[in-house]
Amino acid sequence: MEKVILIRYGEIHLKGRNRPFFEKRLLNNIKKALQDIPDVKVTRAQGRYYVENYADEKAVIQALTRVFGIVSISPAYKIEKDFELLTEYSKKSIEHLLFDLQKEELTFKVESRRADKRFPMDSMEINRELGARLLKAFPQLKVDVHKPEVLLNVEIREFCYLYHQSIPCAGGMPVGTNGKAVLLLSGGIDSPVAGWMIAKRGVELTAVHYHSFPYTSDRSKEKVIDLAGILTRYTGSMRLHIVPFTRIQQELYENCPDEQLTILMRRFMMKIAEEIARREGAAALITGESIGQVASQTLEGLVVTNHAVSIPVFRPLIGFDKIDIMNLAQTIGTYETSILPYEDCCTVFTPRHPVTHPRLDKILKSEMLINGDELIQEALDNTELVEL
Amino acid sequence: MMEIYLDNAATTPVVPPVVEAITDCLKNDYGNPSSMHRLGIRAEKRVKEAKNRVSNLLKAAPEEIVFTSGGTEANNLAILGTAYNRRRIGKHCITTAIEHPSVLQAFRHLENQGYEISYLPVDRNGVISPDDVQKNLREDTVLVSIMHVNNETGSVQPISKVGAILNGQVNKPIFHVDAIQSAGKLPIFPSSWGIDLLSVSGHKIHAPKGIGALYIRKGVRLQPILFGGNQQDGLRSGTENLPGIVGIGVAAKWIGQLLDEKSDYLAGLKKKLIEDIRRFIPGIVINGSTENSAPHILNIGFPGLRGEILLHALEEEGVYVSSGSACSSRDKRFSHVLKAMGVDELVLEGSIRLSTSYLTTMEEIEAFTPRLVRTVKRIERFTRR
Repeated sequence: MEKVILIRYGEIHLKGRNRPFFEKRLLNNIKKALQDIPDVKVTRAQGRYYVENYADEKAVIQALTRVFGIVSISPAYKIEKDFELLTEYSKKSIEHLLFDLQKEELTFKVESRRADKRFPMDSMEINRELGARLLKAFPQLKVDVHKPEVLLNVEIREFCYLYHQSIPCAGGMPVGTNGKAVLLLSGGIDSPVAGWMIAKRGVELTAVHYHSFPYTSDRSKEKVIDLAGILTRYTGSMRLHIVPFTRIQQELYENCPDEQLTILMRRFMMKIAEEIARREGAAALITGESIGQVASQTLEGLVVTNHAVSIPVFRPLIGFDKIDIMNLAQTIGTYETSILPYEDCCTVFTPRHPVTHPRLDKILKSEMLINGDELIQEALDNTELVEL
Repeated sequence: MMEIYLDNAATTPVVPPVVEAITDCLKNDYGNPSSMHRLGIRAEKRVKEAKNRVSNLLKAAPEEIVFTSGGTEANNLAILGTAYNRRRIGKHCITTAIEHPSVLQAFRHLENQGYEISYLPVDRNGVISPDDVQKNLREDTVLVSIMHVNNETGSVQPISKVGAILNGQVNKPIFHVDAIQSAGKLPIFPSSWGIDLLSVSGHKIHAPKGIGALYIRKGVRLQPILFGGNQQDGLRSGTENLPGIVGIGVAAKWIGQLLDEKSDYLAGLKKKLIEDIRRFIPGIVINGSTENSAPHILNIGFPGLRGEILLHALEEEGVYVSSGSACSSRDKRFSHVLKAMGVDELVLEGSIRLSTSYLTTMEEIEAFTPRLVRTVKRIERFTRR
């Protein structure tokens, strides 16, 4: 007998001739997620993956629930195809269950699948005979074929697998199967969630952060590095570009109308991100914007910001309420870090009355007041790269 | 560029004699002071030696010293230990509005348990009035806790006067003094000042973090706040932090000598600082008194600037200071000390603290002002409109 974890993946079954590509990527991502588990083995067979040879089951399960592309997992006994052995381990499972659940009575059902037709009993016979033996061994058990509390699964394949639990996972597509995009990562709640959502569709992330020392502290930079680190639990790894942004903010402050500062600043962020995307071979930008959340995210504001770049900008949170974003951030694990009190934008450069209905022609005119290209070049030249 | 460390009220560098003594202790005296064998006795000897040294600095007797994990624990033990021990006598305590959080939060904890606490106000210079102590005294007052030197402004409280008032009481309350900022910088006379309990922290006097001491006047009883193997006469259970204890002992000796021999040194640095800064940046405000204040702490407000931005901008110039407020758009987290002094919000927002040590040189002080002037000029262009 050996304990294994059985991995099911969903959507990539749809991918016709590309399927090997998706499967290989998923296998690599699983291996990467488990790289800290010593001597662990991951194998593929018949549209499934199996994880074997580990000591810390909890750690393996936690890591797997974060791998995009996995639909669900089941910790299982892997045993020789022998009905006596199967009975023995079924009893063991039920014993553990009764102990864990502390119940006087438990309803159950056996559900088996016989992929290996050489096995002498068919699935109906296995269900019936195993059910009967368990009933005889445990007076606490009762059969319920419609709504059992415990569903004991038996799969007869190259080995016999026995499990009673199916843990839902992140779903989505394996990271790296859908190209690359650049995430504008602030220290706030929204942007990490936006990145997570796009990564879930198989997109590899590269992050960009704008740092305004001495107007924001190095602690706020550390916080962003931590946030990116949390995202790598899902994406495997990530490159984070930290762009010095102070000079641009100062130039805007001294030369442009006060009420336009935020929108002008955001356009510069988009332009720099677009250039980083070009250098990184990324095809799109990702932001955490949501309609109407702050003054610069009115529909007009979004349109003017969007106009700064020509590549597509993904805004997965566009229709989300703040509370929904916060809940998602909590599930992902970025919330606690996001709410740390280090500001990512200093109020010195925040207009008291920001324009909420900006007009593109006016904004473009203001932009002409400073030497944008040169400032962008300087910022890019001094960008720091953190590899996570 | 020469780095200039002016944040010694936050923590001080560990000096070489302390490093050497600790290294020697780690290598050779690894025994547990409670062990019955030779190694234990050797370790116990080193604890005694350190008690001697710390008690010399505080003009106290070695038996009157208990080692703690730091200033916070010393303050907590003094306050909670007294309040719990005397709960049958009364549940009223007096402290000030400008105490360190390790004192204020201990009193908040007592308030939640039904104690009544009076918080004394301070004047514009950040100093309490002894009359206010007198006025707030009640029959059920069991504890008065007042810091010697305020950590943010350097204001010096009238400890001996308060001690005299308390000594005149029929049921004398216990008098605790948080001397974490003053130890080694100003002379302290616990017995003649009427002090019962006095807290000291290692890392403010060039020993490492994680070690502190509480002076407990002979005859004063405390209820412990940690329970276990009854080390240090049951007042502070837990195996003694021997390397830390050796460190604070050597540091106390080191700084005690400087306090005796170079008593005007820190004041001289401060005088020079104030003169230079005033000359080149006329609009500044000094928070607290320039005369009656500790020689190593200077709190300056730059109206219209943000303290935190100034701090980070100085960092780029190789200068390390601290600020009284955090830059935040959501809530304004201002210093409770400056607020209690009634400092104007515009000054409060733009305040930084400079703090020196005996390691700070006149050369550094002279090099500092031009950097400050340059930095202020640089960031003054960008203030919120």
